[in-house]
Amino acid sequence: MTILQINNIETYYGGIQALRGISMDVKKGEIVTLIGSNGAGKSTTLKSISGLEKVKTGSIFYKEQEITNKPAHQTTLIGMAHVPEGRKIFATLTVKENLLMGAFSVSKKSVIEERMEMVFGLFPILKKRIDQKGGTMSGGEQQMLAIGRALMMKPDLLMLDEPSMGLAPIIVEQIFDIIRQLNQEGITILLVEQNAYQALSIAHRGYVIQNGEIVLSGKGTDLIENDEIREAYLA
Amino acid sequence: MFLEMIQTLPQVLIDGLTLGAVYAVVALGYTMVYGILQLINFAHGEIFMTGAFIGTALFIFLMGMSWITAIPQILVLIVVLVVTASLTGLMGMGIERVAYRPLRKAPRLIPLITAIGISFILQDVVRFIAELSSGNYIVTGPSLFTEQITLKLSSVSSNFNDASFKSSFIIVLVIAIILMVSLDYFINKTKYGIAMRAVALDRDTASLMSINVNKMISLTFFIGSALGGATGVLFAVQYGTIDPFIGFILGMKAFIAAVLGGIGNIRGAMFGGILLGVLEMFAAANLSLITAGILGAEYKDVFAFAILILVLIFKPEGLLGRPVAEKV
Ligand SMILES: Nc1ncnc2c1ncn2[C@@H]1O[C@H](COP(=O)(O)OP(=O)(O)OP(=O)(O)O)[C@@H](O)[C@H]1O
Ligand SMILES: [Mg+2]
Repeated sequence: MTILQINNIETYYGGIQALRGISMDVKKGEIVTLIGSNGAGKSTTLKSISGLEKVKTGSIFYKEQEITNKPAHQTTLIGMAHVPEGRKIFATLTVKENLLMGAFSVSKKSVIEERMEMVFGLFPILKKRIDQKGGTMSGGEQQMLAIGRALMMKPDLLMLDEPSMGLAPIIVEQIFDIIRQLNQEGITILLVEQNAYQALSIAHRGYVIQNGEIVLSGKGTDLIENDEIREAYLA
Repeated sequence: MFLEMIQTLPQVLIDGLTLGAVYAVVALGYTMVYGILQLINFAHGEIFMTGAFIGTALFIFLMGMSWITAIPQILVLIVVLVVTASLTGLMGMGIERVAYRPLRKAPRLIPLITAIGISFILQDVVRFIAELSSGNYIVTGPSLFTEQITLKLSSVSSNFNDASFKSSFIIVLVIAIILMVSLDYFINKTKYGIAMRAVALDRDTASLMSINVNKMISLTFFIGSALGGATGVLFAVQYGTIDPFIGFILGMKAFIAAVLGGIGNIRGAMFGGILLGVLEMFAAANLSLITAGILGAEYKDVFAFAILILVLIFKPEGLLGRPVAEKV
């Protein structure tokens, strides 16, 4: 079953066209990765889906419901979470307050606490740092917090924008393990990465974006073998 | 000279705290809006002034009722405060909606000019209505809480003079403190308060948390303007006579208090307000003493502003502000 369907979207920043007709789909239970080099349009694609940027043409469906150009505070209410590039932790809010913001739309205290325990189970370090200001955490901790904060929404679809950016290899390893684990627990993943090899090796399918266009797509394992990809992204 | 300053100190503190509390609560409105929009809402002083007029009008209306004498004055005051705060809150929200929101993406200078324009409009509208209904735009409300209280400090220590104040002083101070403590609690401890801080830090990311950014901005304006309007009522109670231009200079000072404490910082605004009020009263009492009669009490603002300039030279981010470079 298709959980996310993107039809030929074009997105502009002022007069600059960033997306030139992107079509993609993500099926329930999959890990799909979107790879590409700097400025290819990966983040713009995620922003267009979650509603941070408006698309000029094209349409986006989530769980069969049209969400084209719905604002972000609405798309995130129906089970979609977007962990932005650069983590975007609320720097002067504590770890706990950051997590609470993830559950902003939840009013039941018991549900919030339950989810917070679930996040602490996944990232025990966050529990130890619960009263620390988000901005004073290390890069790896901030990434865990960003993912934890998104999980507070209990999403069905988790979109991650370069979660490995700027992290030590061992932390990257850990983050990818968590992504795989979340997927096994039933969360569909749309993963944007420049770290193509690692992304493709955990993904069921991948799309390659270049200059705002999808230039290749296929099974993760096939794309790893692909010569063009090897040359462009895995060298 | 020092001894003389000590002598007047109790009175200076009493007057300074009252004035400072007024500055502090008004400063909150500036700092909250600045924190969330980086906009200096110059119309905020006029919201305060409008609050003073609405409150005074309500007092005059209520005091004309025969049954009102059966009700304790403090209850009447609370009713007037709540009604006025709601009205000015809605007004602030409305101003943001029609005047600032369409300019959200415009260069900073544009909404600033708009804010100044709104100030003039409010001044003139209030002046017009006041003149129309009472024939004069300088309005004096009913005297409330006028018992004179004298603290016999001279019998405690001969270093001090006696200090005296109207009972309204206590009312103004206590209500201002209640407003500040409640706001501090709201901002720091409640879900909507945290969300407001999140929006101030990063609007896009806040919206990814399902927070409706526009609603949070409206809420910020509502709260800031409600506080401003309520303080206008307190001002009217304390000082009795008001005119449509009280918002200008008081707003300016409250804005300075906000800068002094660190603009965008809630506790900074409170601290800056109290500090400015006390400094101003201290200057009023002692300036001619310090300068051997060259400068009189009417130069008190020079003294307060000199301190402001000194603070800004050595700590441009304000007394409680964080250094700008710390941004992660
Ligand atoms: N806010 C913006 N204003 C103007 N142009 C933008 C803006 N954001 C992105 N762009 C442009 O849109 C194009 C796509 O950018 P995008 O951020 O989506 O790339 P990306 O694939 O995420 O790159 P990276 O790997 O560096 O994050 C780039 O050419 C970029 O310069
Ligand atoms: Mg990007």
